[in-house]
Amino acid sequence: MDVLHNLARLGFFAATLVTLAAAVMVVTLRNIFHCALALILVLLGVAATYISLKAEFFAVIQILLYVGAIMTLVIFAIMLTSRIGDKTVLQNNRQGLMSFSLLALFNAFFIGSVIKTSWHLNPAAMTANVDAGVLGAAFMNEYVFPFEIISVVLIVALVGAIILGRSDQ
Amino acid sequence: MNAIPVSYYVIFSGLLFSIGLYGVLVRRNVIGILMSIELIINAANINLVAFSRYVAAKPETGQIFAAFVIVLAASAAAVGLAIVLSVYRNRRTIYTDEINLLKW
Amino acid sequence: METSESIFVVIKKAILGFFHGFLPDWTVVIISILISVTAIVIFGPVTMMFLTWLERKVVGRIQNRYGPNRAGIFGLLQPIADGVKMLTKEDIVPRAADKVTHFLAPVIVVIPALLVFSVLPFGRGMAAVNLNVGLLFFLAVSTMSTIAIFMGSWGSRNKFSLLGGMRAVAQMVSYEIPMVMSVVPVILVTGSLSMVSIVEAQLGGKWFVLTPWGFFGAIVFFLCGVAEVNRTPFDLPEGESEIIAGFHTEYSGMKFALFYMAEFMSAFAIAGLTATLFFGGWDGPLLPSWLWFLVKSYAMIFIMIWFRGTLPRFRIDQLMGFAWKLLLPFALLNIFVAALWQMLPAPKNLIVSGIAEAVILVIVFFASRKDSPKKRTYVFAD
Repeated sequence: MDVLHNLARLGFFAATLVTLAAAVMVVTLRNIFHCALALILVLLGVAATYISLKAEFFAVIQILLYVGAIMTLVIFAIMLTSRIGDKTVLQNNRQGLMSFSLLALFNAFFIGSVIKTSWHLNPAAMTANVDAGVLGAAFMNEYVFPFEIISVVLIVALVGAIILGRSDQ
Repeated sequence: MNAIPVSYYVIFSGLLFSIGLYGVLVRRNVIGILMSIELIINAANINLVAFSRYVAAKPETGQIFAAFVIVLAASAAAVGLAIVLSVYRNRRTIYTDEINLLKW
Repeated sequence: METSESIFVVIKKAILGFFHGFLPDWTVVIISILISVTAIVIFGPVTMMFLTWLERKVVGRIQNRYGPNRAGIFGLLQPIADGVKMLTKEDIVPRAADKVTHFLAPVIVVIPALLVFSVLPFGRGMAAVNLNVGLLFFLAVSTMSTIAIFMGSWGSRNKFSLLGGMRAVAQMVSYEIPMVMSVVPVILVTGSLSMVSIVEAQLGGKWFVLTPWGFFGAIVFFLCGVAEVNRTPFDLPEGESEIIAGFHTEYSGMKFALFYMAEFMSAFAIAGLTATLFFGGWDGPLLPSWLWFLVKSYAMIFIMIWFRGTLPRFRIDQLMGFAWKLLLPFALLNIFVAALWQMLPAPKNLIVSGIAEAVILVIVFFASRKDSPKKRTYVFAD
């Protein structure tokens, strides 16, 4: 079964590479619609990452909410606002080089420090089975107050979005 | 599959975060900026879920917080896109450097 | 009886046993995956071919004509003739089209339509994967077809495609909410998201459709499913008389056939899911389990075709009002009824939840009637 595990790991590494490549496409492509499609690929890759972390429920939620709902909103907004000649309009401003060098510097320090850190792993958490039932029990017991607040926030945000997006008569 | 070290996830999410931050800094299109913010949020979520799997005292904590983050991302996207639409309706543009009425 | 019951499982085990003789363990696992994948990839298109024939035949009968009867006996070879026609047609790509998106859309639309079959339990022990989040997986993957429709409509650079795509996605997003809400009672009662355990909870004729919440939940779910796959009477995205063919206006030949195939495969998947969630899946007496599943699914498909043959198309405000004002409140209150049914002791729960269901049905129906839009007077654009 070792071969299968290695195959799965290989698949996971390939998925992260594809995810990162797609993320680069999101911030560099000229056509904003293609950016949105690349973002969908990123979101699916992140879902694959969740599966590798044995969070299948969360991976499915990611696809259902992000790809199904949020990206639909984003693409709708793109369709409603894009101008015909958008291919020729410059999509980036002139801060590219500076941002890139600063972020490269940040990443060099970041990766170095992450590799040097020794994490205090918790073996109980690594083998625990976190399914929908466990999450639901936690939502309804320990985290019930934040859960209620987040519902109120969502309602407020949606009502606000409807009022903002309503066309003026 | 737990043979993958936790630092791998952290580096992955760090790279994703920097790509998203780059997008926020250089994009002119407001929707492009919003999409880059989604990248950043996803990077944070990967960290939450990975740490909850590897180092948390309770394995479900990180996933619950990641769920809260997704809900907040959804409300941010809804409100943000509504603002984009009303800006577009009033000014006929969604490029950040053309929306400069309040800029001195 | 015994052999016909598990014939497919036995065949798969025999093949695996044959390979296990001389190959290492890990290849056997991969071969087992390949067998399941091959079975699904063959099953999907074959079902689609048969469904096109069935649909034309039944609609023909409803409209008092024969339907296809030239190719083969009863026109059974018609799908193959159609396939040959599709393959040999010219593939036209509009000059202004976004080439990559236009090409990828029909490929991507088939993937979710095939993926959803992997969690459907076709018979006893015949689910390709028993995911513990199977039901959510089905719903999540089926939402991905909206992306492909977006790509097709955007890539064509055609105003009718764009209008059709917008309509399709607005409709799919709206109907997804009551659809998810109407399966919550099933999860509530079975306490599991796995399709296999949902079927096992209904074994022995305890089908959920025979309970008050299950009966109306099945109706809500099925209507939402029909809307999800853009079939009549919810076929505004493809309304020929209004916007040509909607998002696949600019597709021809095999690319069009792929869109068509995805639509029929999703229709079958929705029918199969309705049968699994509310009609006991493969549970049934005498006949082998997979045959029961197919019989129930085809009964659902028949109802869909019946809709198509007899109902006119909705208007867009009726379509949205139906989802948001009637189905969604009803699906939400149905969760409450299911909780009543689950919590009360056995003989009492049927009466109490039945009365609650009837009261809710009356209230929602009249409340939504009062709010329904007034007869619209059309004014010319200024």
